Amino acid sequence: MAATADLLSGVAELVKSRVPAADLDERDPDYIRESLPRLWLLASLYFRAEVRGLGNVPDEGPVLLVGNHSGGNLTPDTGVFTLAFSTYFGVERVFHQLAHNLVLSMPGLSFLRKYGTVAASHDNARKALQAGAAVLVYPGGDYEVHRPSWQGRRVDFGGRKGFLRLALDERVPIVPVVSIGGQETALFLSRGERLAKGLALDRLFRLKVLPISIAPPWGLNVGDMLGHVPLPAKITIEALPPIDLRREFGADPDLDEAYDHLVRLMQETLDALAAERRFPVLG
Amino acid sequence: MRVESKIEITAPPALVWEYVSDPSRYLDFMSGITRWEVVGAKRIGLGARYRMLLRVGSAEVGGLIEVVEFARAADLAWTSITGIDQRGRWRLRAGHEGRSTVTTLRLSYGVAGSGIWGWLADKVAAPTVRGHLRRSLQQLKRQVEHEQLRSAAAERRRSRMGAA
Repeated sequence: MAATADLLSGVAELVKSRVPAADLDERDPDYIRESLPRLWLLASLYFRAEVRGLGNVPDEGPVLLVGNHSGGNLTPDTGVFTLAFSTYFGVERVFHQLAHNLVLSMPGLSFLRKYGTVAASHDNARKALQAGAAVLVYPGGDYEVHRPSWQGRRVDFGGRKGFLRLALDERVPIVPVVSIGGQETALFLSRGERLAKGLALDRLFRLKVLPISIAPPWGLNVGDMLGHVPLPAKITIEALPPIDLRREFGADPDLDEAYDHLVRLMQETLDALAAERRFPVLG
Repeated sequence: MRVESKIEITAPPALVWEYVSDPSRYLDFMSGITRWEVVGAKRIGLGARYRMLLRVGSAEVGGLIEVVEFARAADLAWTSITGIDQRGRWRLRAGHEGRSTVTTLRLSYGVAGSGIWGWLADKVAAPTVRGHLRRSLQQLKRQVEHEQLRSAAAERRRSRMGAA
């Protein structure tokens, strides 16, 4: 037992050491531009993606894009939205995405930093917003992204409200970004919360889940640490009109009220997007 | 990748030119265009800049473009400043006894440095882009010819009223 604990601690230290220090300058617009055709092929042919409402994102200035998160550790929503944002506003507009530490420390995923992906933390988000960037955050994070497939049409931030405080402190508008289809890229069975707690993953890696899914090429996939081949589910994303928290909820907004409002708004949009779909995966 | 479409419009080049040189009309007749906005002080002519977006597959592509050739009732060409690399051209040539206009719309596009994936994406996008160009020309023809008929009818009405 002690040996297992030592092993886990060792792995945790290794992961921590691999999490790169956030350097916003690692974003490489030329790299993004040159990779757009690749992303476009994947989004257009494989995921038949559709992104609507980008005109709702303010044309300039910092903005906090708040999305619901789907698709396990390989989330097609982020790639599709990054493509759409980069072609719509141009790669010259600085755009950062916040990702879980584990994603950034995984071998082979260092290229994400060139797209502007930084470890999810308030400090990194603040730094990016203060630099005038658009920042995409998924409050639900690992909790939402591994929800069971039958909850795929539910916005579930798990009560995380830190993004509201961030938007208030930095005085930036929030643009809700609602996506559907990601949770149909595998059969997600359980978040495996008890398993994660039993193995102390929450303490060691900030991981509250150890997801269990059925996904190619593994079949039964526990942890999704090596990723999986996502099924070609149709992805639809819609950006909603911006929300100025102080204008809508007063000078000192009640975070619970703002949170409920935002989640309700996103859930209604998700319901509308779900109503457009006739079949899982096919869309 | 270069795609092109051509159509004969029963109207003189000067009338067709009024449409293709006016940025405020682009959203009315250009298929797939979701944005065509003037950027800067110059609205029309050499050096005028526009922000344009064209829906192709999963993305709206385009960027900032600048007019680099502006020969009245003949040629209008633009090139990209930001966004994907593109060069477009309207080419108007007088057709049958100057009463029609052979109108060509050309678009070369790509992303320099994108390698094999860029080449493949260009090929895959070509039918969609070609379809947009073809529909744009058909819509332009319909609008210009309709406008010509409307003007002629208005002229006839005026002369009848003058005679009465």
